[in-house]
Amino acid sequence: MQYVAIALPVIMTAALVASISAVAGEISAKKKADDIFSDTMKRYGKDVQVITACDGRKRVIVEGAKEGEIMPREKAKDVAILLNGLVKYCGAEVVAVMPKNRVDIHLSIDGQPFFTIDERDMKLPVTLVHGSQEHTGREKQIWKAEVDRLVAKGYGIFHSQITGKNGISCDMCHPDASNTHPETYPKFQTQLKKVALLRDMINWCIEKPMEGTRLADDNEEMKALEAYILSTRKGVSIESGKH
Amino acid sequence: MRKQREENFFAGLTRREFIKCTAISVAGLALGPSLTIRTSEAGEPFTFAYISDAHLLVTDQGKEHRFARSLIKAVKDVNAMAPQPDFVLFGGDLAQLGKPDELALGKEILADLKAPVKMMVGEHDWYLDMGDKWRELFGKPTYSFDHKGVHFVVLNSVIVEDYWTSPKMTPMQRMLAMAQLDNPDGRPFTVGREQREWLAADLSKIDRLTPVVVFSHSPLYKLYKNWNFWTDDAEEVQQILGGHEKVTVIHGHTHQVLTNRVKDISIHGVLSTAWPWPYAPKGTPVYTSKMFRSDPFNNFDGCGWGYVNVLPSGQADKTYMLWDRNPMAVTYNRLKSKEAGMAPPERLSGPHY
Repeated sequence: MQYVAIALPVIMTAALVASISAVAGEISAKKKADDIFSDTMKRYGKDVQVITACDGRKRVIVEGAKEGEIMPREKAKDVAILLNGLVKYCGAEVVAVMPKNRVDIHLSIDGQPFFTIDERDMKLPVTLVHGSQEHTGREKQIWKAEVDRLVAKGYGIFHSQITGKNGISCDMCHPDASNTHPETYPKFQTQLKKVALLRDMINWCIEKPMEGTRLADDNEEMKALEAYILSTRKGVSIESGKH
Repeated sequence: MRKQREENFFAGLTRREFIKCTAISVAGLALGPSLTIRTSEAGEPFTFAYISDAHLLVTDQGKEHRFARSLIKAVKDVNAMAPQPDFVLFGGDLAQLGKPDELALGKEILADLKAPVKMMVGEHDWYLDMGDKWRELFGKPTYSFDHKGVHFVVLNSVIVEDYWTSPKMTPMQRMLAMAQLDNPDGRPFTVGREQREWLAADLSKIDRLTPVVVFSHSPLYKLYKNWNFWTDDAEEVQQILGGHEKVTVIHGHTHQVLTNRVKDISIHGVLSTAWPWPYAPKGTPVYTSKMFRSDPFNNFDGCGWGYVNVLPSGQADKTYMLWDRNPMAVTYNRLKSKEAGMAPPERLSGPHY
């Protein structure tokens, strides 16, 4: 079984660094996790066994295995695999419940309410990759840098003569991407006599005034151009269809 | 409501202004100079045309390049004026990247003009070789001349402080940096101390009642710094010009219908033949009646040329000849009435594309 396979390496790195540095946040997470654990245990009494990982932060409550009994081999194996997976989820306080039927696993991360994952693929919901924690400053920095990189690439193309063939560049008519009004797309482009997206108008500009070759919709340069143009309209309300 | 406005509009004119206005209108209809001498300020009216901001790019398309075709179109239009203008001002930015072959192509196309040409420099002409080729082709960038009782001054107002030597920019890198309107690392245009001193000395030789027309590539005021719609020493230049009673500034660079009044100086932008700039996000003077947004699907829309009628009073009426649209006239009297808060309401905005 594979755990937590969906997070991007860069985010995992950020989360790791963040979790190490976030000492102050750990106290309340630990307390919340302890509360959730004791509440859950009140429901079960002695009808369950609790297995704790060596870091002391991952606790698995195993249904159908009474305290003091020897666990069946198959069940013990499942618990070991689960704990092994949860240890990768470093830094977080995890309370897991392994029900009798073994179809679902209930997880509480850092004292957040339980959620259920499917035992078969063990994938966490994307929104919980960060263990329901606030995004850290460092994470936000990394994400901003990634966005800025694409925007900067678009800025470069927008301000260069490479897109067309007659030496004309986008910025010559659109300083600071003005008069591109990306927030009005999709709209009926009267001159094209059809509904256009921003990229359709970018391609029109490339083909007509700039006399170049149109870009495919999934072209990286097209994405960069769209990224730059949209970035200049931050905070402007979207009014698709506006003329 | 509308009638009320009209009444206010006319009620605001003094009798003297009304007579002047009538005389000007009559002169505008070209019914002959005999009528215009009825005003007390009877200079000889005349017309000069302008073409500006051609931004020629030399590619394998040669004269078929759309910017070359636009400049040729403007030359043909000016040549079709009857009567011919006394001269034609070229308002700067003949070239896009200051290349010798761009400037030479421009000179070749402008040579077809029937009327004499007065040349002015723009930053696109200058910053590849710091004006070497331009001076070789067209002479001094700063000069003055007199025509029918009006003193004309031509400035090089695209001087910026050196920001290229220390990062070791190549001439083309410098040119590209200057050519980028929205360059956040750019520097504001200036006329500079040397030319200001020259201007003060030049104007000291003429009477303060002599009408003065100044040609400047950059607008001689501060509109929007991010796009260099800006002259950093504008106040100092205005101060020098302020010693004269009738001053009109004609500037290039902004590629749009643009009008301002600063300290009794009327300031008019001109159209580009190549492309229109959008209006700046802020700073456009209240004196400006904005032109409609241009339709990108028409190469020529929002572009054109124009002319200036110098009135017997020494003031000037400005006309923008927008290709494929009605001309837009900005008369001196309209500016004065705007100044007095009596102008008729603006037109509604046009279609958006």
